[in-house]
Amino acid sequence: MPKIHGMTIALIGSAIAAVGVMIAPLFVDLFQIMQLTVFAAMAILALSLGFIWGYGGILCFGQTSFFGLGAYAYAVAAINFGDSTPAIVLAIIVPVIFAALLGYFIIYGGVSDVYLGVITLTVSLILLNLVNSTAGDVYKIGTARLGGFNGIPGVPTINMPGDSSYILSPEQAWILTGLALIAVYLGLRVLIASTFGRVIIAIRENETRAALLGYDPRIYKLLTFMIGGAVAGFAGALYVNWGAFVSPTIFALGLSAQIIIWVIIGGRGTLVGPIIGCLLVQWMVTEIGSQQTLDASFILGAVLIGFVLLVPKGIAPTVRDFVAARLSRSNSDTVIEDVKQ
Amino acid sequence: MDIAIIVGLDIISGIASLLLISAGLAVIFGMMKIINLAHGEFLMLGAYTTVLSVSAGVNIWLAMLVISPVVVGLFGVIVERCLIQFLYGRLVDTMLATWGLSLVIVGATTMIFGNTIVGVASPLGGFSVGQYQTSLYTPFLAVMAILLMVLIWAVMRFTRAGLIARAVMQNPEMAATLGVNPAKVYMATFGAGAAISGLAGGLLAPVAGIVPTMGAAYIAKAFITVVGGGTSILWGLISASGLFGFINQIAAFLTTPVFGEVILFISAVILIRLLPLGISGKFFKGRL
Amino acid sequence: MSISRRSFLRNSAAGGVALAAPSLIANVARAADGPIKLGSLHDLSGPLAATGEPMVYATQLAVKEINESGGLLGREIELINYDTQSNIQLYSQFAQQLAVRDKVDVVHGGITSASREAIRPIFNRFRTMYFYNTLYEGGVCDRNTFNFGTTPAQTVEKLVPYAMDLWGKKVYIIAADYNYGQITAKWMRKYVEDNGGEVLSTDFFPLDVTNFGPSISRIQAAKPDMLLSAMVGGNHTAFYRQWVAAGLKDEIPIASTTFGLVNEPATLEAAESNGVLGSYGYFEELQTPASKAFVDAIKAEHGDKTPYINEPAAATYEAVHLWAKGVAIAGTADRMPVIEALETGLSFDGPSGNVLIDPITHHVTRNAYLAEVKDKAWNVLETFPDQQPLDTAAVCDLKANPNDTTHYEIDI
Repeated sequence: MPKIHGMTIALIGSAIAAVGVMIAPLFVDLFQIMQLTVFAAMAILALSLGFIWGYGGILCFGQTSFFGLGAYAYAVAAINFGDSTPAIVLAIIVPVIFAALLGYFIIYGGVSDVYLGVITLTVSLILLNLVNSTAGDVYKIGTARLGGFNGIPGVPTINMPGDSSYILSPEQAWILTGLALIAVYLGLRVLIASTFGRVIIAIRENETRAALLGYDPRIYKLLTFMIGGAVAGFAGALYVNWGAFVSPTIFALGLSAQIIIWVIIGGRGTLVGPIIGCLLVQWMVTEIGSQQTLDASFILGAVLIGFVLLVPKGIAPTVRDFVAARLSRSNSDTVIEDVKQ
Repeated sequence: MDIAIIVGLDIISGIASLLLISAGLAVIFGMMKIINLAHGEFLMLGAYTTVLSVSAGVNIWLAMLVISPVVVGLFGVIVERCLIQFLYGRLVDTMLATWGLSLVIVGATTMIFGNTIVGVASPLGGFSVGQYQTSLYTPFLAVMAILLMVLIWAVMRFTRAGLIARAVMQNPEMAATLGVNPAKVYMATFGAGAAISGLAGGLLAPVAGIVPTMGAAYIAKAFITVVGGGTSILWGLISASGLFGFINQIAAFLTTPVFGEVILFISAVILIRLLPLGISGKFFKGRL
Repeated sequence: MSISRRSFLRNSAAGGVALAAPSLIANVARAADGPIKLGSLHDLSGPLAATGEPMVYATQLAVKEINESGGLLGREIELINYDTQSNIQLYSQFAQQLAVRDKVDVVHGGITSASREAIRPIFNRFRTMYFYNTLYEGGVCDRNTFNFGTTPAQTVEKLVPYAMDLWGKKVYIIAADYNYGQITAKWMRKYVEDNGGEVLSTDFFPLDVTNFGPSISRIQAAKPDMLLSAMVGGNHTAFYRQWVAAGLKDEIPIASTTFGLVNEPATLEAAESNGVLGSYGYFEELQTPASKAFVDAIKAEHGDKTPYINEPAAATYEAVHLWAKGVAIAGTADRMPVIEALETGLSFDGPSGNVLIDPITHHVTRNAYLAEVKDKAWNVLETFPDQQPLDTAAVCDLKANPNDTTHYEIDI
């Protein structure tokens, strides 16, 4: 029963992580809490690509489109309604609709591989250009001015549902974001273990064969793409909530590339991998900024190159294989089967 | 009438610069199926080589046309030996590695030469069409782009190296069975692609803003052009540059530069949607 | 798959402890007689590094001078400098770090308006005094923030009539397509029309445009007497080269509010930049004793690699010194007493001349200079003493509304 075995560990691990999230404010200072909050929001973004790419086989170079749309949707809605609850809902709905349209356009057009990557990348650049040119009074939605390159400052942060005067403290925002990360992780875990998940993995492995078995790959891919959009949009809402600020650089090439890097470093085909990759890179970039002896780009680039040469499979699969090898020496073969699941 | 000639020249220059900035990437992508995210930095290195050579007293033509491609080409070979050769067949890993490489190059250039550098002036003057003035450098770039295309075509078509390259491109296993060493071909290809990028960077030096981060402005456009063109190096490149350059420049002239960019991107999206394998996948199948 | 999760938890738990440790130390270290802490947030890598580098040098110089003259209130100033890597997310992160963990007494920093708007609310929330020292479009109205850069009413207002007297009434405006460019273009239009001129057209360029051919043709088709430019960044430098390559430089002259921010006079050939007019609150070439001493001190520290020392650098230097003066008068580095001391209208004689804080807008009255590029350097032609921030004053009154924190877009 390998499936249950894996799921049990995921559940236990998540429960422990959830407790860790809850008690973290007792042990860690306020700044660390806020830093962890943004890292967790970004980790949800990493999960979105880890899911659609690692399991759905869709290499999307423009995952920032959904992240950015979610962020902007949250900001605009929160300013207009003065209440974060409908804003979060919109931050998921808007990217999902956009993902549905774009996904239909791409996937039903038979575009795949690197060509799909280029289309999604180009779309994020279009959004970057458009949002960038919205400086000026004319560009506003309701009472929210889009603000062009300067972005939207002073976005209302998350409040208790139903009581817009009760704003979450940084500690509460952290608990919300941390738990959201765990919930998204578990949700995707369950999804992958379901029939739907098995089908999308089958399609990733061999699209023709899956189609011959009677599954229409297009609808499954489209749904995967939309789920990825929803998760990325949700991450965008949490990201804005952290900084109370959003600007068009959220759509830029730099962030698109970073998301891919998180997933590669952490390991494709896992869900823990993208989270680890994201946390590691974010932490590293922050540390680099505190020193001035070497150029920041230089250090980050050197680390990436070293990584791809030394840990080609990514962290999570490398650790897994290492542990599996250790176990195989001491245990019977069935355990390896278990672990490899 | 004059304005038509001037706009025509703008379009030609737009197409020529797209061709130049994309050619090196197209060679590497077409032959090796590798996406070189450090491509923009190869262009930057070409521009820096020209600038540094000129300030060291070298003739500007020599710097642009010889020194830049040689230096960046050699750099490409070193990169291939030290990094890329370990990553063949791993498209995504090469993306990560070349992205890392681009950051290293930008960082190293900044640390060595600072954030700004003294540029070079255009070596050619302007000329008038009726009451309009334009740069002689514009037609010169177009001529260089054409020469470069002819050169690539001639090498691929008539030389033994070109024959081997085409064989490896079509079927690496078969070529290997016939005694060709794919590793050597790949090394040469990567070097050639880098050299072409170096040449393009050198040619852009007199008309570009030269800073360590300048590559970022080119990479997305080059990438879109190459993929839009599809896998056939020459025809894909020419058709995609022609189409995108035309659309971009016309839109920029008639509306604003913002819409010029946006319309270029939208047309690329539609094109790839209609022709999922690029233009050459549809119309120039099996050609160079 | 299943095992890796355990190890992840183990790793992350260990990481949490390791990360937490330094923060405890930081808390303990904050004692009343420790150093006064000055935070600095500037881009030292990425596309904006060319602007950030001289600003950091100026901060370091000012801090060094104060420390060498015995410190502030008998305490050392400790400079905590973070490289924001031209990345807005890092601005927010490091701003939180400075305010919450390092608990600095003041922060100088921010280059683009976007970065300022990302961090300004953080400093308001955590009650940390903030100085923004870059020239910008004007309109920030916030009692916790002091703005030391020039705004359009201080520079554009001088540049436009001067250039029009010289060259003619028909003007074509080109500007970077973001807030600074768009708002500056509006001011340009206003001053052109105020002086009886006509704006033929206004073109905006995204920051990553590199090919200006079609736009140059459009400009020629409009036949202007002169060009007003608010182009920004390394890519836009290409405009001037392509303009010169087309042989237009001697036909249609250029005046700019941004030419020089990434060292254009030195990076372009003399033939490409001669005759361009610009107006700023400071030029490195100013020959006053204070200016010479300032430039010499930075060059002595950084030698050949010294970048051009522009207005943001001078403004940063003056801002640090004026803040120090405020601390000295208040007798404490605490936020409110220092703000109140500065609001008494303190002034400082810096490299750019006398800099006077305007308590109503928290901007400064400072000299504006008008200069022409000559042989890769600026030749200062005119000095306009004591220019007030009239644009921001039209929308902002912090005496009447001390709780205002808006960034106004000024109606023109």
